[in-house]
Amino acid sequence: MTHDATLRHTPLYAAHAALGARFAPFAGWEMPTRYGSIIDETRAVRGGAGLFDVSHMGRIEIGGGGALGLLNAVLSVDPHRIRTGRARYNLICDERGGIIDDCIIYRRAEDRFLLIPNASNTDTVLDWLREHSGEDVSIANVTEDVAMIACQGPSAAETLQRLTDRDLSRVRPFRAVNAAVSGADAFLARTGYTGEDGFEIMLPSERAAALWESLMELGAKACGLGARDVLRLEAGLPLYGNDIDTSTNPYEARLGRFVEPDREGYLAGEELRQLRLEWPHERRLTGFRVSGRGIARPGYKILDGEWAIGLVTSGGPSPTLDLNIGMGYVPTVHSEPETLLDVEIRGRPVEVWTVPLPFYRRRTR
Amino acid sequence: MNPEGLKYSREHEWARSDGSGAATVGITHFAQDNLGDVVFVELPDVGEDVVQFEKMGEIESVKAVSDLYSPVSGRVLERNEALTDSPELVNDSPYGDGWMLRVEVSDSSEMDGLMSAADYTAFLDAEA
Repeated sequence: MTHDATLRHTPLYAAHAALGARFAPFAGWEMPTRYGSIIDETRAVRGGAGLFDVSHMGRIEIGGGGALGLLNAVLSVDPHRIRTGRARYNLICDERGGIIDDCIIYRRAEDRFLLIPNASNTDTVLDWLREHSGEDVSIANVTEDVAMIACQGPSAAETLQRLTDRDLSRVRPFRAVNAAVSGADAFLARTGYTGEDGFEIMLPSERAAALWESLMELGAKACGLGARDVLRLEAGLPLYGNDIDTSTNPYEARLGRFVEPDREGYLAGEELRQLRLEWPHERRLTGFRVSGRGIARPGYKILDGEWAIGLVTSGGPSPTLDLNIGMGYVPTVHSEPETLLDVEIRGRPVEVWTVPLPFYRRRTR
Repeated sequence: MNPEGLKYSREHEWARSDGSGAATVGITHFAQDNLGDVVFVELPDVGEDVVQFEKMGEIESVKAVSDLYSPVSGRVLERNEALTDSPELVNDSPYGDGWMLRVEVSDSSEMDGLMSAADYTAFLDAEA
């Protein structure tokens, strides 16, 4: 449990260490991977409430009269159509249509936005924004000043409600509000990366440890990045660097619904309109369940008979489904559900069946 | 925590001699705790030979694959088939129901070269 001085630490590092967390380097940060059992942490989020420190993710404030123009140029969705208090998932694509990052954009006011890039891409996104920024735009990296805690699971709202006077039943999914939480000025968003209901709470770094402790006292379970990865895979959500990167385009990643390329001033518009026309695409990100014995992990080959037709991009056990699952890019002809393929696991072919994504969908009221 | 009477290897496996030339082997508490939830164990078949300190199988946790090294040499007499459906036994009971193989030890002097419980505990402290 040694503190690695070459890595960055979130304001909750001491809280994690006190809980006996296992740490690992992640995108330059020393982050908790688990506190005890990853399976128990996964179950807590599917059946109750789990807490994640996601302070390593970027927080970039974009404001000024030119903010809309900049975001219109770089985001895959039309920022004009995001109303104040709303959030949207979107992609930042390069001029070739490759994915630089996937992120959430929040509109906080008419000309004030908050962008949450992946930790590994915060610097790249900042550079990209500055490179394409025009007049009257302010771009501020507030990652270090603001902590972010995700409270996720079917009882997340009920748990968090006990710490705020704001009526959370009125904060619907992909909406965000300013609210006092445990006496701290916070920005509360009904978003997450687990396939469950839940909130992401942004608040001043110095208030983070107290909120973390309060939520734990209310029964939310501390969960590490290990459980987070299991949960997002079960929910069929791509992980940047595994499932998507600059060599993948949104359409083959099945993210076409988050792309609005028919806009004046959108940098990647022309290339993405062209890619959209090429449907069906040569390959598609495809989910599978392992029917033989074994666990398919990233980098393993996907086989059609003798032929390697793709690589696993994400894979592992699903405690919720009690199955081993995974996904990877395969030629579109092999991507229809209920196609029999193999994954090469330590030199041996193991049968897998393609399945529709997501693997897991929560029951909604 | 690490039972007396067992012998321990630097790769965090243990061997328990049954006094009649066979030994039961498994992984230590420290090993299972470091791995986290065990979700898959691959072991050699009965009748195969294992060699001391060489790879005898694989163990997978939620996030990673690791090699298993045999603490003794010999022929596999029995393997713990319960681990196929319940690999979590390795976490719950590493020295009991989470055992892995029973091996007919080919050279009993190999056992003498392994660590006692006290030596293994000291070894863990030195590694920490």
